[in-house]
Amino acid sequence: MSGAVVGEVAAREAGDPAATAASPWRLARRRLLRNRVAMVMVGVLVLIVVLCLSAPLYAHRVAHTNPFQSNLDGTTIVNGKPVPVMVQSTEGLGLGVTPIGPTWDIHHYFLGADQQGRDVAARLLYGGRNSLMIGAAAAAITCFLGTIIGVISGFFGGAIDGVLSRALDVVWAFPVYLLAISLSTVLIARGFSWGPFHITSSSLLLPIFIIGLVYVPYVSRPIRGEVISLRRREFVEAAIGLGATDRRLLWSDILPNIVTTTIVFFPLMLAISMLTEAALSFLSIGVQEPNASWGTIILDGQDLLYTRPTVALAPGIAIAVTVLALNVLGDGVRDALDPRAKLRSTE
Amino acid sequence: MKDRKTLPAVLLAAAIAVVAVGSSSARSADHKGGTLKLLAKAAGGTLDPQVNYTLQYWQLYQATYDGLLAFKKAGGDQAFEVVPDLASGYRISKDGKTWVFTLRKGIKFSNGKPVTVQDVVSSFQRIFKVKSPTSGGFYAGIVGADKCLKTPATCTLAGGVVGNAKANTVTIHLTAPDPEFKFKLAVPHASIVPASSPPTDAGTKPLPTTGPYYFASYDPNKQLVMKRNPYFKEWSHDAAPAGYPDEITQKFGLTVEAQITAIENGQYDWTLESPPADRLNELGTKYASQTHVETLTAFWYAPMNVNIPPFNNLKARQAVNYAIDRNALVKIFGGPKLAVPSCQVLPPGFPGYHAYCPYTKNPGATWSAPDVAKAKKLVQESGRKGAKVTVLSSDDEVNKAVGVYLASVLNQIGFKATAKTISGNIFFTYAQNTKNKVQINVQQWYQDYPAASDFLHILFGCESFHPGSDSSINIAGFCNKPINNQMHKALALESENFPAANKLWSKIDRQVTDQSPMATLFTPRHIDFVSKRVGNFTFSKQFYWLVDQSWVQ
Repeated sequence: MSGAVVGEVAAREAGDPAATAASPWRLARRRLLRNRVAMVMVGVLVLIVVLCLSAPLYAHRVAHTNPFQSNLDGTTIVNGKPVPVMVQSTEGLGLGVTPIGPTWDIHHYFLGADQQGRDVAARLLYGGRNSLMIGAAAAAITCFLGTIIGVISGFFGGAIDGVLSRALDVVWAFPVYLLAISLSTVLIARGFSWGPFHITSSSLLLPIFIIGLVYVPYVSRPIRGEVISLRRREFVEAAIGLGATDRRLLWSDILPNIVTTTIVFFPLMLAISMLTEAALSFLSIGVQEPNASWGTIILDGQDLLYTRPTVALAPGIAIAVTVLALNVLGDGVRDALDPRAKLRSTE
Repeated sequence: MKDRKTLPAVLLAAAIAVVAVGSSSARSADHKGGTLKLLAKAAGGTLDPQVNYTLQYWQLYQATYDGLLAFKKAGGDQAFEVVPDLASGYRISKDGKTWVFTLRKGIKFSNGKPVTVQDVVSSFQRIFKVKSPTSGGFYAGIVGADKCLKTPATCTLAGGVVGNAKANTVTIHLTAPDPEFKFKLAVPHASIVPASSPPTDAGTKPLPTTGPYYFASYDPNKQLVMKRNPYFKEWSHDAAPAGYPDEITQKFGLTVEAQITAIENGQYDWTLESPPADRLNELGTKYASQTHVETLTAFWYAPMNVNIPPFNNLKARQAVNYAIDRNALVKIFGGPKLAVPSCQVLPPGFPGYHAYCPYTKNPGATWSAPDVAKAKKLVQESGRKGAKVTVLSSDDEVNKAVGVYLASVLNQIGFKATAKTISGNIFFTYAQNTKNKVQINVQQWYQDYPAASDFLHILFGCESFHPGSDSSINIAGFCNKPINNQMHKALALESENFPAANKLWSKIDRQVTDQSPMATLFTPRHIDFVSKRVGNFTFSKQFYWLVDQSWVQ
């Protein structure tokens, strides 16, 4: 018996007349498409991803700016007149230089400039690319390693489970942010070298691996519990009775039933990873300048909160909207893939 | 012959002056009292005056500790003048190697015990016992110092510092004449503390003081409290004038933004921190009368490690100098009222200063504009194009912004640069240690005393380069033997012919600038933002605001 059969049974339980003929994936997709809030969030996410991917297009073709190069002596156009990007105070003692605020003109410093005279809108789009990429890659590492470790631990049990579970308990014992900050602080100084592998301190791979690794227990623990539960189910015991090998049990009976859990975890871990990346970058131990991420832009904006709050607010809003969309989508995916949850929600 | 008509006028003027001085001192007495409330983001570490090397506490030591000599407690350039403090006077032998100080009588520590010759001798030994950061630099020329540096615990400075209780004198013997020795005796590391002081860093436990105030309590997580020294009687207005407030406190922990707001609201009187960039305009307009901007003898610079790629190539280093838009950096610092572009080591107005700037579009005395085309050409010629560079800076707002700007410039001229920040708590020592392979970083240097050697010899002399050590202030690792020999020549010349020595320092300044072990960025100015109630603000160019000389009522 396979996961597909389980899915069909569950679908029948859900009272779907077409369920007997449809695959569980098709059923899940149908349920997801019916979830309007989740679909709106998918739209929001697609829009954010498309905007972020178009960052070079915006920077070079629309705003005509290089968001990685300081432009402290530059000028821009406001109401048809050239004005300096960094405005020198001329009142009183003449202290302070303030970056230009939002012009709301898509061609000229739409969201204003940061302390280096760089276009905040262009950096926001480039920063979004890095934040999304780091979040997605870290979430993929977390889900992949978490699933592998959880399945091995739950399926084989005994000493293997003991060693793996205790190792993960050690990681679990640290507050996750403290662990991520400690690892980043150590590795950001000299990068990471292990045999032939070397990651430079400015590489985006560093935050990806750090964030990806610290969250592994968050995925592997529930997966392990689910595998232990599956191991005792009738269809697995029947397969064992028929002489199925461990390999066949894993590939044909356990993994197909676990993969939905991993899929449900992915958007949630993506949201958490993005928040962690923003936190690390805000502490200067994530993405390194001149690279940008939403976290680094908030850090840049922190020094301008009093005069130019847009610099910090814009990436803050971007993170909030993206994480909200991912969480709502994650709930939708869970509802779609877990029919019992669906039953609960329609009761 | 005297003019008869002028005599009555002179007498009248004298009478007016006496009345004026009398009423002025009466007015001054009216201002005595109250608590001056200072703020700082964090504590400045140990309170031991012979160990601490921060401006934060050196500023407070002016009202607490005394040495044999002191910088005059006065505003402006007068503050560079060295005057007798615990010593009533001193004489120097013809060969410049023997300094004899006569100790003043009747001065007591804040614990009530008198200051004796033994306290002075033991204080000099203690400089080495506590491994004062300048023991190997400022005081290494005292006879016996070499032994003390090797085995600090048993330091006696035998034959180096000799006390004569009967004559009430202390004699210091030097291995070679040192015309800058008077400056070195006037900094806090040469403070006189009781002979009973521990031979280790006193840390948070305050040592008895001789000045108008003593440290009543110190909790680095909370605050520092200074109270009037009950045993203090003013012996020299120039060296140790009595202060106005009854109590001075320095509270730690508030963010800089919160500190500025608290001062605006009159809850506190001053902050150690530089105001954030986004509050400068507000301070300069709404609070202009409470904002004091002062010129400093200091410079911001970016040392380039001359011993590792890519800056082990002269052209690569010069390219950085040509490419930097110093006006842009001035903007980062708050505008032209707060910083002035510079290309050389010595700051304006300093002994040996002669305006020089080869790294500009029109080379000459002053910087005018970057020459990016020349910089790109030099990078190409250096063969370092495409080299990876990490620009390191401290994590505070301005340092970080300067680091990011430098990375941007390096990328513009052909390097592959990233900017990295590390905590200000470890940055200074981290950047000094060659093991960390720092290629280029953002630094500031504020004078210890007014002599060209304090910039040129300390920052770029071979003797200041200690590979593998956290204490290697020659961060660029620049050791050019011919230039270093000239530095020694200039030091020796100072005692014979000071103007000639300064002329030589000026030449050395140009040579070091040409060799580009650093990119000089700008000369900063200093902002003090005080509350409305603070009066008689006096800024010493040597130790900045003289806190106890201001009143709060």
